Amino acid sequence: MDYKWPAADKRELIGKRISRIDGPWKASGRIKYTYDVNRPGMLYGRMVLSPYAHAKVVKIDTSEAEKMPGVKAVQIIFDEGKEVLWAGQEIVALAAETEEQAEEAVDKVHVEYQQLPHLVLDTTPDKAGAQYTKQLTEKATGNPATGFQEAEVTSEGRYGASVITHCCLESHGQAMEWEGDSLKYWASTQYVSGVGGEVGEATGTPASKIEVITPVMGGGFGSKFAADTWGVACAQLAKKTGRPVKMMLERDHELMVAGARPSMYADVKVAAKKDGTLVAWDSQSWGTGGPASGGAPPLPYIWQFPNSRVKHTAVLTNIGPDRAWRAPNHPQMCAITMCAVDDLAAKLQMDPYDVFMKNIAMAGRSTPSFHPPKIYAEELAKAAELFDWKKKWHPRGQSGPGPVKTGVGLSIHTWGGAPNQSDCAVTIRPDGSAAVSMGTQDLGVGCRTVVGIVLAETLGLPLEAVTVNIGDSKYPPGGASGGSTTTGGVSSSTRYGAVQALNQLFAKVAPSLGAQPDQLEAFEGKIRVIGNPSKSISWKQACAKLGATPITATGKTFRPLTSAGVGGVQMAEVSVDTETGVVRVDKMVAVQDCGLIIDMKTAESQVYGALIMGVTYSLYEEKIMDQQTGHCLNPNMEFYKLAGIGDVGELVVHMMTGPGYDDRGVIGLGEPPVISPGAAISNAVANAIGVRVPYLPITPPRVLAALGKGGMA
Amino acid sequence: MQNFAYASPSSLNEAIGLLDAKWGQTAILAGGTDLLSLMKDGGDDCSRVVNIKGIGELHHIQDENGGVRIAALVSFDQLLGSNVPSHYPAIGEAARGVSSPQIRNMGTVGGDLLQRPRCWYYRGGYGLLAMDKGHSLVPGGDNRYHAIFGNEGPAYFVSPSSLAPALIALQAKATLHGPPGPRQIPVEELFVIPKAEGEREHSIRPNEILTEIAIPADVREWRNATYEVREKEALDWPLATASVGLKMEGGKISAARVVLGHVAPIPWRSRAAEQALEGKSLTESTAAAAGEAAVQGAKPLSDNGYKVQLVRVAVKRALLRTKEGA
Amino acid sequence: MSNKKSVPPGAGRNDDVEERVKDERSKRAAADEPTGFSRRDFIKGTGLASVAVSATVLLGDEVAKAAGKAQGEGKWIGPGPVDITLRINGQARKLQVEPRVTLLDALRNRLDLTGAKKVCDRATCGACTVIIDGKAHYSCTTLAIDAQGHDILTIEGIASEDKLHPVSQAFVDNDAQQCGFCTPGFVMASKAYLDQEANPTYEGVQKALGGNLCRCGTYMGVRRAVLEAAKKGGRA
Repeated sequence: MDYKWPAADKRELIGKRISRIDGPWKASGRIKYTYDVNRPGMLYGRMVLSPYAHAKVVKIDTSEAEKMPGVKAVQIIFDEGKEVLWAGQEIVALAAETEEQAEEAVDKVHVEYQQLPHLVLDTTPDKAGAQYTKQLTEKATGNPATGFQEAEVTSEGRYGASVITHCCLESHGQAMEWEGDSLKYWASTQYVSGVGGEVGEATGTPASKIEVITPVMGGGFGSKFAADTWGVACAQLAKKTGRPVKMMLERDHELMVAGARPSMYADVKVAAKKDGTLVAWDSQSWGTGGPASGGAPPLPYIWQFPNSRVKHTAVLTNIGPDRAWRAPNHPQMCAITMCAVDDLAAKLQMDPYDVFMKNIAMAGRSTPSFHPPKIYAEELAKAAELFDWKKKWHPRGQSGPGPVKTGVGLSIHTWGGAPNQSDCAVTIRPDGSAAVSMGTQDLGVGCRTVVGIVLAETLGLPLEAVTVNIGDSKYPPGGASGGSTTTGGVSSSTRYGAVQALNQLFAKVAPSLGAQPDQLEAFEGKIRVIGNPSKSISWKQACAKLGATPITATGKTFRPLTSAGVGGVQMAEVSVDTETGVVRVDKMVAVQDCGLIIDMKTAESQVYGALIMGVTYSLYEEKIMDQQTGHCLNPNMEFYKLAGIGDVGELVVHMMTGPGYDDRGVIGLGEPPVISPGAAISNAVANAIGVRVPYLPITPPRVLAALGKGGMA
Repeated sequence: MQNFAYASPSSLNEAIGLLDAKWGQTAILAGGTDLLSLMKDGGDDCSRVVNIKGIGELHHIQDENGGVRIAALVSFDQLLGSNVPSHYPAIGEAARGVSSPQIRNMGTVGGDLLQRPRCWYYRGGYGLLAMDKGHSLVPGGDNRYHAIFGNEGPAYFVSPSSLAPALIALQAKATLHGPPGPRQIPVEELFVIPKAEGEREHSIRPNEILTEIAIPADVREWRNATYEVREKEALDWPLATASVGLKMEGGKISAARVVLGHVAPIPWRSRAAEQALEGKSLTESTAAAAGEAAVQGAKPLSDNGYKVQLVRVAVKRALLRTKEGA
Repeated sequence: MSNKKSVPPGAGRNDDVEERVKDERSKRAAADEPTGFSRRDFIKGTGLASVAVSATVLLGDEVAKAAGKAQGEGKWIGPGPVDITLRINGQARKLQVEPRVTLLDALRNRLDLTGAKKVCDRATCGACTVIIDGKAHYSCTTLAIDAQGHDILTIEGIASEDKLHPVSQAFVDNDAQQCGFCTPGFVMASKAYLDQEANPTYEGVQKALGGNLCRCGTYMGVRRAVLEAAKKGGRA
């Protein structure tokens, strides 16, 4: 049997709407997340955090804390003499009998600091000053000067997006328990097969002696790849005490340090011919991702301007480190680029849809397997139809009378989504049971379900008949779940392993069917001769022929079953109360491709979820820092605002399938749909009120300021 | 959270006897959503907590001679299930603005009035007046959610109460029980702007318990409404609110109360807006004029100038809302 | 954060409290039968996967007695651990907690009932939602000691272990969950709503779940799930 995906008319499970197989565990509240682990004799860990955004740690005195009731171990995790670079940096970890005792003991650790100057303002390179800036890129393509000279319409503007955090609902952390020199490590992680090595290195333990366990996890979004200081400290505390220790981050700590998306702003000049043809781009961009400079964003986004000049400067601040935030840099670049082009369209007095279509040949770079102009054109047309774009669009600011204005906006985005490296073991037992084991993890995206679907589909069995073992490092290693790489990795690996196993089974049963192994197929719980379905044997009977020896086959990521490069189009409709500045998203349409879709239901959920996350970062989310104290002012869920169920309007998701899509193979989906909402919503607001609100989130103060209603009349 | 001794008295006198004459010793627990959050943030160091929910007499709503008495432990849910919102839409709209059913089930009328400010410097450990090295952090910090009225300093926080503006617009009175017995004051006088560290934003004494809110009979016919400007539909603090009460005589406003929320350290009565309304009939333009009058004297800080506009609109919309269903 | 102020030991009238507390505790110790039961026992006795833990289960008359024995008689108790009895999912559960321990921490750390999640821990996100006397509550800002005498329903108690409650089933069928960490809170808030509302509307669902937050963005599925659960007997 061949590895290639079954043809559309042969797919029993792939591409159908299938409920996630771990759904009942979650919806019943019975599955144990890392945060829920309770072990006999378990201690609770807490950490002492730096109150200063920049300071030298002069002296650490833990003597009083060590004597506190219930305290069993204290571990210094930051060296005296070194500098903390953000408030909330971890200095000491300790473990006590109860959570309350651990919290009290933290207050009894005395750390002497020498305060140093800090910068936590999200400001321009000029205002930050040379010691806080680092120029990362300056480059040109084509001939920008000529391009702007020859252009007929030029638009200038400033755009950007504030720093936001990951705000995973299950905070970062772990529970750990040593058994002799072996470690059990319950981790809330995106990298089951990797974090053990990190802890092993720090504690001098071979990775083979560390079992990482993550049956489910409460959200990562790019922030949970590493074991982190708390992972290492927890292992040390557990070792010192000889008891299990659980140490999860408090919500304020989580929001202060455990993940942030860098800000990005740009002064943009963009130019076109009168007919809408894009000719030149110029951007001077900056942003902060904390003390490290991060990468330089490749602006402009998607549009391949013939002439462009870009310069990016990083502002180095003491706000805490950045972490990969779902589609790193893309939402910010997308907002900057698509808003600039939208403003240009307004200046051209053109519908942005027409400007996008006019320039579609410039949308993205083609590869042998990915032709973005074709995909965007098809998706724009589909989105316009679902959204009724042509009927809803009006020239800027011409929404009609009354204080509440409506408007529409659109955006396009792209992502790679090539597979990660995921190994698996597929087993078929004489009793007919079939299982796949792999050290991957399900972040809530439906990975477990996808693996099950591929195994069941390949073996011709119902989904209920197969077992999926993931979320444990004792299984063959899986890659980290980041960058929309998991689905391609796990599905192709499972397919590969399952086909190998099935071919072994075919070899066993072929004689009894009087056929060659390559003449057999597995379908609807039977193994039968291709083209002669009356010659068949039930799956159970077939497996019984194995005697006492189960079949085991290994699978590896198999690139021919996957691809890379997706497009995506989103349209937003908003209402803006121009007297209060309050914005409501009334409707969004997302049209998305991701190659062959394994589970339509969880794929659509990814896109719905991305739209909602997009509404949230477009309207509400912002990590707010105070320069005077160096502190985050909103390390809580009251003022670090997330959209609630009443804050997201009607959402429509359409997944591109069929010829031209399915035949590309599997491509990851997690990141792409979260990229466009900022641009689409910002463009809709501009369309509604006639002026651009430059930055995300689009809050009432910012809307009113854009309307010139910010202060006194 | 600091540990504390705990008592759950079943009578008012017993409860009062457990309180202290000084702040910072004993906290009163009602719904708990604010007190326990504050204690977890280290913002209240009380070593004793008196749970007053066991006091039976503090849970009732009673109509009385055309007015109504609302006991302090009446929950938002109970309040919304009573006939209070139909008589006093200003209260109903304010109570519904707390858009979490869980908080409406737990939170009480008394707790709403006596909850502590949400100023992020206060909650972040800098004390009610956000003082650091002798000066307030608010004017030089991020003050987008802070006061535009009554902000001469050192208090810049805003009163977080949802119900207070509506109750003040309806001339409600609060009964406070202390060791000498009960005293009744206008709800308006429950709120004060602290002038120094150690002072509170409420005039209640540390050994008093707020037991009841009474809305007098003579406002029963007043038109009233509340308008909240909120960023989110889901649980969120309003950015600014206005509650209004209007006595109508012969198609004209003979008396008016306009009270603003979330813009000053206390619920902020706008007498200028009230004067702008008195003697007028209620129209789009008189409502807008009242909104304009309401922002007189506003002193925005660096980041909250937008609240001036929100006040203007909230007042206008609250006034026009009184005409709905009238 | 270390800029939080903490009262130094012995400050103010703490000594006085200590005295009163000691007095109160010795009286209670004399009056109460020793249960032979400590918090350590809880922690030691809790298994990993099992929901059932070593809490003493009372039945019949004892349930009634436990319920009637409300919190204290107007005297100080604590700040040390005190014996309390909580009526959770129809069973009386005895445990020892300091007065400051929240219901959420008692459920999760002492009783291994971990369906209610700790997320914001400040009465904002709804992940800790339980139903008390028929109404949705945030257990993160409810004191365990204060929950005595009330009927506490956690997600573990809405269906037997081998079954899914119709609301949970609707969440599964409509994919109203991704990472799932907010899901138990949403299920409980939805159940509390459906228990009171036979004919839920789209608008009603939005309002009923205004006290719950999801980060993955499952609201589309949640809307559908709650409306569907109502049709399929979600009031069970």
